[in-house]
Amino acid sequence: MANRKSAIAFQSTPEQEARLTAVLEKLRGTQGAVMPALQQAQEIYGYLPIEVQKRVADGLGVPLEEVYGVSTFYSQFTLNPKGKYKVSVCLGTACYVKGSGAIYDALKEKLGIDGGECTPDGKFSLDACRCIGACGLAPVITINDEVYGRLLPEDLDDILAKYE
Amino acid sequence: MYRSHVLVCGGTGCTSSGSDRIVRALENNIRSVGLEDEVKVIRTGCFGLCALGPIMIIYPEGAFYSRVQVDDIPEIVEEHLLKGRVVRRLLYQETVQEDTVKSLDQTDFYKKQMRVALKNCGVIDPENINEYIAYEGYEALGKVLTEMTPEEVIKTVKDSGLRGRGGGGFLTGQKWAFGAAEKADQKYVACNADEGDPGAFMDRSILEGDPHVIIEAMAIAGYAIGANQGFVYIRAEYPIAVQRLQHAIDQARELGLLGKDILGTGFDFDIELRLGAGAFVCGEETALMTSIDGKRGEPRPRPPYPTTSGIFGKPTVLNNVETYANIPQIILKGADWFRSIGTEKSPGTKVFALGGKIHNTGLVEVPMGTTLREIVEEIGGGIPNGKQFKAAQTGGPSGGCIPAEYLDIPIDYDSLTAIGSMMGSGGLIVMDEDTCMVDIAKFYLEFTVDESCGKCTPCRVGTKRLYEMLDKISKGQGTMEDLDKMEELCYYIKENSLCGLGQSAPNPVLSTLKYFRDEYVAHIKDKRCPAGVCKELLHYVIDPAKCRGCTLCAKTCPADAITGKVKEPHVIDPAKCLKCGACLEKCRFGAIVRK
Repeated sequence: MANRKSAIAFQSTPEQEARLTAVLEKLRGTQGAVMPALQQAQEIYGYLPIEVQKRVADGLGVPLEEVYGVSTFYSQFTLNPKGKYKVSVCLGTACYVKGSGAIYDALKEKLGIDGGECTPDGKFSLDACRCIGACGLAPVITINDEVYGRLLPEDLDDILAKYE
Repeated sequence: MYRSHVLVCGGTGCTSSGSDRIVRALENNIRSVGLEDEVKVIRTGCFGLCALGPIMIIYPEGAFYSRVQVDDIPEIVEEHLLKGRVVRRLLYQETVQEDTVKSLDQTDFYKKQMRVALKNCGVIDPENINEYIAYEGYEALGKVLTEMTPEEVIKTVKDSGLRGRGGGGFLTGQKWAFGAAEKADQKYVACNADEGDPGAFMDRSILEGDPHVIIEAMAIAGYAIGANQGFVYIRAEYPIAVQRLQHAIDQARELGLLGKDILGTGFDFDIELRLGAGAFVCGEETALMTSIDGKRGEPRPRPPYPTTSGIFGKPTVLNNVETYANIPQIILKGADWFRSIGTEKSPGTKVFALGGKIHNTGLVEVPMGTTLREIVEEIGGGIPNGKQFKAAQTGGPSGGCIPAEYLDIPIDYDSLTAIGSMMGSGGLIVMDEDTCMVDIAKFYLEFTVDESCGKCTPCRVGTKRLYEMLDKISKGQGTMEDLDKMEELCYYIKENSLCGLGQSAPNPVLSTLKYFRDEYVAHIKDKRCPAGVCKELLHYVIDPAKCRGCTLCAKTCPADAITGKVKEPHVIDPAKCLKCGACLEKCRFGAIVRK
């Protein structure tokens, strides 16, 4: 998974700060706390910039190296901010044999970004995912929580237009 | 008492096709005709027939409505619920008979199925513990706590011959016996709900449709091995399953079925959820336990086995979701009952997630020993658009492709291994003549390269090299020596990798090389992809003699690669063409050719 360092400057509100502090205080001392801490931190900030990872490391009393090791190991964690609309293409086997590879390529072309990236205006981000379990609707994409199934590449313009 | 029950599937497949909106529309319409005290709407787990979602079944008639849309709801409420007339046009056509509605278990899809692990899915409301209890729920836990010793529980599970449904096929009772034999101040029971095989979703359907069965079975396992704490490691990508399981745990605690002194027997047991974060390797048992410890999910050499040193270094018994789902019924109905189903060495049933090029995509549960042909042709309803069956892929990225010549072998753990595939968690993807086997092998290797944890070299480097060779072949740049090199590398990776992920990663390559070698040769020698999939070997061109200049293809093209004036032949710019084939499907004059 692409996990480059983000070019966008990190910003944090006092409210986000307070929520993260509360999470870390609660988890400090718990066995195996790094993953739940990062999961909740990502919920608060939407992604895990190095600044947030440092706070997690300090807050839990573990080395940053360990936190970074975990955050870059799991595909759920992202060091880059996501777009306002998160486009996710299912590349599970059932979708793949029904043509989701072509859908993914067409989306890259249309949005002008690669998988794992975000459009410069912050509107769309594109990712591939492994099986969301809607195999009966293959091929499938999701945009935030909305699921679009039984797709052909030419359906994409109408779908993306809804979010313009 | 309600005179009518409307069961709406709330599994992920049907939710994706809009079943939440259906439930809301139903409730509104039922209220507006004043039937809310007579008709109850229940959101259940998965019915299995995902291809026809959203699905709804109305009792007492047993009318099975498929592909229901919000616009259909007023008619269903008005006609069926108010006037008692089944809306025939919306019925699953298989169930329509001259003057009656055929019962669901008489249809081809359900006739040969036998539901053990999925017993309650699509039957009960998963968010209501009382419905689970009404279907014998927690009776097995009551039985073991009040009538059986831990040894008797282990003996029953052992005698049943139940084997791990996550892929390994290890004897569950044997594993429990190992866990019970350990002496430790603390032991754990764990449930592997990190269903990573892309295309398999049976564990999720069980968690979403019948979460209490997992809680009950884990408590039974805890009693058997002497553990009072359980962990469920579940994928964060399964939000509905996480929420329903947590809800079920809370309900069980409220009724004293989890927590201290369960049923007044002095047995304590509780369960905690740990969310996975998207790593296929965490389905491997030692990696899963490292991940529960909050670390990078890397596997470690065995022994020591988890039953000796597992979560936090303590003895741990880890089973998969579907395995647990069998336990309460084995306790209640006995080992002999379970052995009477399936084959001698693989007793019981297996759930398969049927997908790909098949009519009835969905979840099917059949006795072990059912043939692939029965699953594909009878239950699955065959392949759409009159295409030919080419292969069935089982076992996901760890399994292999089974060609048509083996359609009649009875499926169990050992028969699948014998033909170079494996049971795996039960993903079963059907492929037709339009699927390229080189491309599929490449697809799986791309997955493995992405998911290899990087700890051991054979897997980290070996799978990458394998992928590169496949990529070369798919672009028409391969040589015949590459095939031999690939085979040699496959065996090297299998023999030297640390964990199951690496050891099984070459299976998709080996099985396609064995059964579909001619396709590899066509890519190498003829620079041709027989299935018409590998893009570098394909060209789309417009035959000027046939093109009428209708402009439909140009409008359809997602990449604006087609140009031309109205009523004049169009042309495709090969530099812009994505080779998606959308134009080919749209052209009404057969003017576009794929070469």
